[in-house]
Amino acid sequence: MNTQVEQRDWGLTGIGDDYAARWGFHDPVEYFHKGKKGIDHEVVEMMSRMKGEQDWMRQFRHKSLDIFLSKPMIRWGNTDLLNAINFSDIFYYVRPMEKQGQSWDDVPEYIKKTFDRLGIPAAERKFLAGVSAQYESEVVYHSVREDLTKKGVLFTDMDTGLKEHEGLVKKYFSTIIPPTDNKFAALNSAVWSGGSFIYVPPGVDVAIPLQAYFRINMENMGQFERTLIIADKGSRVHYIEGCTAPIYSTNSLHSAVVELIALEGAYIRYTTIQNWSRNIYNLVTKRAVAYKGATVEWVDGNLGSRLTMKYPSVYLMGEGAKAEILSVAFAGKGQHQDAGAKVVHAAPRTTSTITSKSISKDGGRSSYRGLVKVHPSATGCKVNVRCDALLIDPQSRSDTYPTMEIEAKDCRMEHEATVSKVGDEQLFYLMSRGLSYQEARLLIVNGFIEPFTKELPMEYAVELNRLIAMEMEGSVG
Amino acid sequence: MSESNGILLSCEDLHVEVEGQEIVKGLSLAVREGEKHAIMGPNGSGKSTFSNALMGHPSYRITNGKIILNGEEVTNLAPDERARRGIFLAFQYPVAIPGVSVANFLRAAVKAVRGKEVPVLQFRKELYEQFDLLGIDHSFATRYVNDGFSGGEKKRLEILQMALLNPRLAILDETDSGLDIDALRTVSEGINRVCGDKVGVIVVTHYQRLLNYVNPDRVHVLKDGRLVQSGGSELALELEAHGYELFGESTGRTNGRKESQS
Repeated sequence: MNTQVEQRDWGLTGIGDDYAARWGFHDPVEYFHKGKKGIDHEVVEMMSRMKGEQDWMRQFRHKSLDIFLSKPMIRWGNTDLLNAINFSDIFYYVRPMEKQGQSWDDVPEYIKKTFDRLGIPAAERKFLAGVSAQYESEVVYHSVREDLTKKGVLFTDMDTGLKEHEGLVKKYFSTIIPPTDNKFAALNSAVWSGGSFIYVPPGVDVAIPLQAYFRINMENMGQFERTLIIADKGSRVHYIEGCTAPIYSTNSLHSAVVELIALEGAYIRYTTIQNWSRNIYNLVTKRAVAYKGATVEWVDGNLGSRLTMKYPSVYLMGEGAKAEILSVAFAGKGQHQDAGAKVVHAAPRTTSTITSKSISKDGGRSSYRGLVKVHPSATGCKVNVRCDALLIDPQSRSDTYPTMEIEAKDCRMEHEATVSKVGDEQLFYLMSRGLSYQEARLLIVNGFIEPFTKELPMEYAVELNRLIAMEMEGSVG
Repeated sequence: MSESNGILLSCEDLHVEVEGQEIVKGLSLAVREGEKHAIMGPNGSGKSTFSNALMGHPSYRITNGKIILNGEEVTNLAPDERARRGIFLAFQYPVAIPGVSVANFLRAAVKAVRGKEVPVLQFRKELYEQFDLLGIDHSFATRYVNDGFSGGEKKRLEILQMALLNPRLAILDETDSGLDIDALRTVSEGINRVCGDKVGVIVVTHYQRLLNYVNPDRVHVLKDGRLVQSGGSELALELEAHGYELFGESTGRTNGRKESQS
């Protein structure tokens, strides 16, 4: 109860802050390396050489670039916005410093200041087991608690992972999301840089979360981090990522690829709180496989961005595996959140639960796009899909595109979708108790996403409520 | 108080429209501090419209007349401003606010009405005291406001809110509806305890039974948007015995035939 009371306070006191003041700043930076704009084999070659990569990875990049160039633009979703992306006006590889910092002191002052403002080292001291901070293309700071290292837990940036644990990376890298999967996965495969590599040995429980923070600073920047998490048999891990960027008049592109592998009996929770500025295209491919008795949970909070297209997926490959995908999307003025979930039941007695909450205001648009597929051999499965949309005003829009392909005979499936408005009677009730119109509306919205926030660690729940408060405040004028 | 001569609430010739249709058609009422008034009437007489208009529901448009609270006109104030000036409405049908816990909601309400933060521990103590007085389990604090509540639980929560917000004027809109006899007793005790002899109370009800517990100083009969008869508590008993038909004639006598409905 205490927790909830605390959250409530933040929700209210956050009113009046705004994105520009807190996250919208940018640093004037002398970069160690800033390549040219646009994408071709020369850029890929140069990147790979600078990173000192093995031949197989360099070739993988070149091959991926060919796939990217040959694939047509995605023909579904918000094609107007997608077609507006000018790939030749983007920086694909920007390296802020020569070497990654192992202690906070190694990090250049301006980057330190940025992450201080974002609260990263403070959060690390308080409640994280490990932290990774990525600035533009490279991870600039990284640390992990010693006791975890002793247990054999690997938590590094992806580039270091590739160098130091090549065997492990080679075994799993790109096996879940090949470059051929989609145009943006191909692009990421060609120019990926940074991201996290995590391996948790059998039976090890990483009880406190690991966190990565992604910061775009430059205009027309493309950030292409690549994350690979392998939870070995019976292990448990919770990974959290946060993202912000400054406000620019031209667009930046964030296109990550995230692959999760939960081996037999393992548990992975992947939590995202993204809070992009409104000039970011956020086109991300996230997919997991869960083997026998394993559980994968995606907890995905999407705020900000111009266009987000993101459908965290779980392939349930072993008997009794479980998937839970819980997402919130907040679409404000000029924004389109096209988010959803995808689950493939490929083994018997597998379970999936999808809960999607979307809020649209000031003409913003949110879409739920989902696919649940149950193979004929996957007997005794349970599927539960719930999509709730809340419209703050009549100009806003919400669409639902659920697809169900159930080929097994005995699947137990539940599906529910609701669209609601902030009700006049609810507002009157709350206002009759002294709450202002703003406070009342905020409380209703916070209540709407409560099923999501209650799944977050307290600090993140508080942060999310504060972000929502700011978004709601932003809708006043 | 001096400017209002002990009169807490006065309504002067109040006319209220809902969706363009006049429901309350010239209602005047004065409530002094500590007085309990019962407004009784059949369905559709305008009881709930009057309650909602007093609280400032935006769909209930006051087309004529004034509402004066403690010497200050509040006719055009928003509901939250009225709440902060001490008006409280116990709803006939409290709405659910899914995802918002009772504790969070009440703390926000208390902060808003008292105009200052209440420390968590002090608030919790206060809340649990009130829970105990109303026979509410402490687990109530983490439930979502009115979400899946029984009728009795909703009404208890209304009285609990009244206790925490400590109003000067409490309007109880059909608070007895949906209550079994035990719940009715608990809720009535709550009303008497909270209201004491300081708070002005308007009990809006169809039936007389709540008035067995909450003894009114004045009883008014509302019919077709007007108060057609006022009297002491004996009037409620008369209504119970004879029904509202009796006042059908009374309406005709008082207001003239030209007003009678087609």
